[in-house]
Amino acid sequence: MGQPQTQLQQGRFDTRKTPDGGVVVELSGPWLLEHGAPTFAAFQSILKREKPSRILYEASHLEQWDSSVISFLVQASQEFATRKIAEDRSGLPDGLRRLVELALAVPERSGAARGEGPREPILARIGISARWLGESINEGLGFVGRCAIAFAKLFTGKARYRTEDLMVVIQQCGADAVGIVTLISFLVGTILAFMGAVQLSQFGASIYVADLVGIGMAREMGAMMTAIIMSGRTGAAFAAQLGSMKVTQEIDALTTMGISPFEFLVLPRMIALFLMMPLLCAFSDVVGMLGGAAVGVGMLDVPFKSYYRETIHAVSITNFMLGLIKSAAYGLLIAIAGCFYGFKCGSSSSAVGDAATGAVVAGIVMVVVACGLFAVVTNIIGI
Amino acid sequence: MAEQTRTPGKPHITVRNLTMAFGSFVLMRDLNFVVNHGDVFIIMGGSGCGKSTLLRHLIGLIEPAKGEILYDGFNFTRAEPEDRERLLRRFGILYQSGALFSSLTLIENVSLPLGEFTKLPPSQIREIAALKLALVGLKGFEEYYPNQISGGMQKRAGLARAMALDPEILFFDEPSAGLDPISSRLLDDLILELRESLGATIVVVTHELQSIFTIANNSVFLDTDTRTMIAQGNPKDLRDHCEEAKVRRFLTRGGDQSMAA
Repeated sequence: MGQPQTQLQQGRFDTRKTPDGGVVVELSGPWLLEHGAPTFAAFQSILKREKPSRILYEASHLEQWDSSVISFLVQASQEFATRKIAEDRSGLPDGLRRLVELALAVPERSGAARGEGPREPILARIGISARWLGESINEGLGFVGRCAIAFAKLFTGKARYRTEDLMVVIQQCGADAVGIVTLISFLVGTILAFMGAVQLSQFGASIYVADLVGIGMAREMGAMMTAIIMSGRTGAAFAAQLGSMKVTQEIDALTTMGISPFEFLVLPRMIALFLMMPLLCAFSDVVGMLGGAAVGVGMLDVPFKSYYRETIHAVSITNFMLGLIKSAAYGLLIAIAGCFYGFKCGSSSSAVGDAATGAVVAGIVMVVVACGLFAVVTNIIGI
Repeated sequence: MAEQTRTPGKPHITVRNLTMAFGSFVLMRDLNFVVNHGDVFIIMGGSGCGKSTLLRHLIGLIEPAKGEILYDGFNFTRAEPEDRERLLRRFGILYQSGALFSSLTLIENVSLPLGEFTKLPPSQIREIAALKLALVGLKGFEEYYPNQISGGMQKRAGLARAMALDPEILFFDEPSAGLDPISSRLLDDLILELRESLGATIVVVTHELQSIFTIANNSVFLDTDTRTMIAQGNPKDLRDHCEEAKVRRFLTRGGDQSMAA
């Protein structure tokens, strides 16, 4: 190793021909993973060129070694076997030789390698996806059906759940969410106001910002923003809670105790969100209107009293109630998405993460779709 | 206990032509065995052969692909949901991880089935639950949450919950997995104690030889290669006289001479 090394010293190998057509591989330097080691490909090209009949090793200059050299030698050995080159490992240090032999001792178990099979043709893949889609729709409907049965039991007073659990969930998805709902709603209110103000002030109609923000918050944005917050906050939490209960077999334990997990776990969560969403929504409406007022009063010089009167005048009780009804429906959808993905969760910790992600995505998609349906229906019946 | 002979007791659990499958993948087929009243019955076999899956079939968490499971002659597999639920209440199940409800304290965990299925007043439920916890050596830990106690204690608490309704059959899924030798020995003693005092039938999934020879008087051996059961009977007899070398090898930790040849 006479050459100057500026970087970390790397292990290296040199080859030397013997008179009888063999090749001696000389390993030298420190072969350590952290320093990097020569790749097998480099050796392979030498093999191709030299076409040796047998291989010998020489390792007197090998300083330190770890898995890097073992991996190199095992690959080499497999290559020799396919090229029918004799190999003499007696030149290697004892421990190294034994490890290499250990690695080569057990043949690969047939069928153990699990790599990707041959790719299915496109039509087959479409078919598989279609079947998978059908199955998951079926599964979803089954879940909704079981929730419906649990609700029916609730109304006949036979449902089994603990009131303490219900109260805890109500607190988690009600009172505990007020802070974030306040922040987001206030900001949405101000954003709506700014958007309107740019256009309306051109006509000198700044006062109508109050109408825009009031109706916008009450009818759409209050319910929508709380739904999105709750989907990210509570829907994900439901999926993660139920998912980890599945992993720890708590759900199995309930089932075999003869307690329906739908009544015991899903029902309180659905009731809690169904009850809390309208409250949060009403709160969000008011905070959003305050946000609008802050812009109206602070930047557009509308007196607060006029802004207040304009808002009261613009927002009808129908708009307000419509928002609340929507938010209750969104609450049910979010709870269903959260619990569904929680129950579907596999039995590993990464599956819990997937369940939470799935719950949030499905929750938001369903909320937006429902919002569209509400818009169509209210348009048809003329509210 | 070693002299525990197989009393010609009445069959308690009868498994008939059971096939376990996930989709088109058959895990085990043609399982036929009987567990008698008062047996300590072991389901054994190598890792991943479907022992726990068989247990999940027995307690109705998975539906058999084929065949049926009978309890005291009553067909569990084809039962109506209400009958099945009634039967489930006579089971006590200790899951591999304990499966305690993490949001409830130990005493609440044990009280839960009592509260759901008996008409006892709350004070009495508490007393009984405390008694069950004392039986498994957890007196004084009533108000702890499951994550505040050790794995071995969680298992014992799980056992207390499984025993809450004085079950006729107790199922154990790998009871000694993850326990130190002493705790695992104590759990074995507890299992035998329960069998003696309650007269319960006990089904255990395990591959701990030490436990198998200490507690069992009957067993079934599942084999991955042939995808069915290849032996049945008292594990000690199987160790000494089983015709299947595979079973003898398993029960002697691979030390069977005839196999080494």
